[in-house]
Amino acid sequence: MHIPDGFLDGSVAATMAVPAVAAVAYGVRRAGRTLDDSKVPLLGVTAAFIFAVQMLNFPVAGGTSGHLMGGALAAVLLGPWLACIVMAVVVAGQAFVFADGGITALGANIFNMGVVGALGVGLAMVLARRILPANRTVFLSVAGVGAWASVMLGALLASAQLGLSGTVPFATVLPAMLGVHALIGIGEAVITVAALSAVLATRPDLIDGAGFGPLSTAPLTPAAEVAS
Amino acid sequence: MTRMPVVVFTVLALALAVGLATAVSPYASPQPDGLERVAGDTGFLEEGGLHAVQEDSPIPDYAFPGIADERLATGVAGFVGTLGIFLVGYGIAWGLRRTRGAEGATAP
Repeated sequence: MHIPDGFLDGSVAATMAVPAVAAVAYGVRRAGRTLDDSKVPLLGVTAAFIFAVQMLNFPVAGGTSGHLMGGALAAVLLGPWLACIVMAVVVAGQAFVFADGGITALGANIFNMGVVGALGVGLAMVLARRILPANRTVFLSVAGVGAWASVMLGALLASAQLGLSGTVPFATVLPAMLGVHALIGIGEAVITVAALSAVLATRPDLIDGAGFGPLSTAPLTPAAEVAS
Repeated sequence: MTRMPVVVFTVLALALAVGLATAVSPYASPQPDGLERVAGDTGFLEEGGLHAVQEDSPIPDYAFPGIADERLATGVAGFVGTLGIFLVGYGIAWGLRRTRGAEGATAP
């Protein structure tokens, strides 16, 4: 869902940079309080994994492919704000080194593919923790459904930005985008749940999970403690 | 049960990521992705283009320059890119990490 330059009107692209920069800046600010030494390699490897799996386009219906976005996965692993940093690293790297996704559209791409999924799934995890039992099935279900929803929300936002830019009528692009991304989102959910299952099987205590602490033997995570 | 050390976990996860990007990405679907497909179907694909700074991208379109074999070029791009993103992410996290505990005597 990388928007290249030319698809968005300059003012729409610039406007989308505002929430993207704000979210990443807040993540940077929080990192000074919550990112301890043990999370440094985890942030690096989460970014690397998302970059790698984004290269693995899988076929969906009718000569179309899709790939992981990763915002949901990063949010569950590292918490929503560190996830915004991870997604900015991945999407900016793709734009500047691989010419994948535009430069003026960078804010929109970080927001659509990263920030929205990270914050949305982070919020879903917090809410689920309050009202649902803390067990593996609930945890993976929330992550999987959240991953699918993050793709749909990204598609909705991209459609709105294209519509506001006058590139294509919103009413035309929205159903097309939602239709194909409903399928791509299933891939997002499968990959997210598979990756989380692998971490649960090896080091469940490394999962931030917005306070799904009882899943592991570890005490509550720093992100849950520093909820202020 | 002894826990896998974080270093081992990181190395294994990184090895998986590098392996996927190097050995599997050359066989990924070459079809247009969702947005490209919709752009083609609804007639605005032609409006997209590269930004001026992307004309000289180091690894344009995930193909490592100077390698004729397409799959090899993609695999090398995946290898270099995944390690590069790891180093950048690690470096940024190192720069941003919590230092308050180290400066003051307030252990977390």
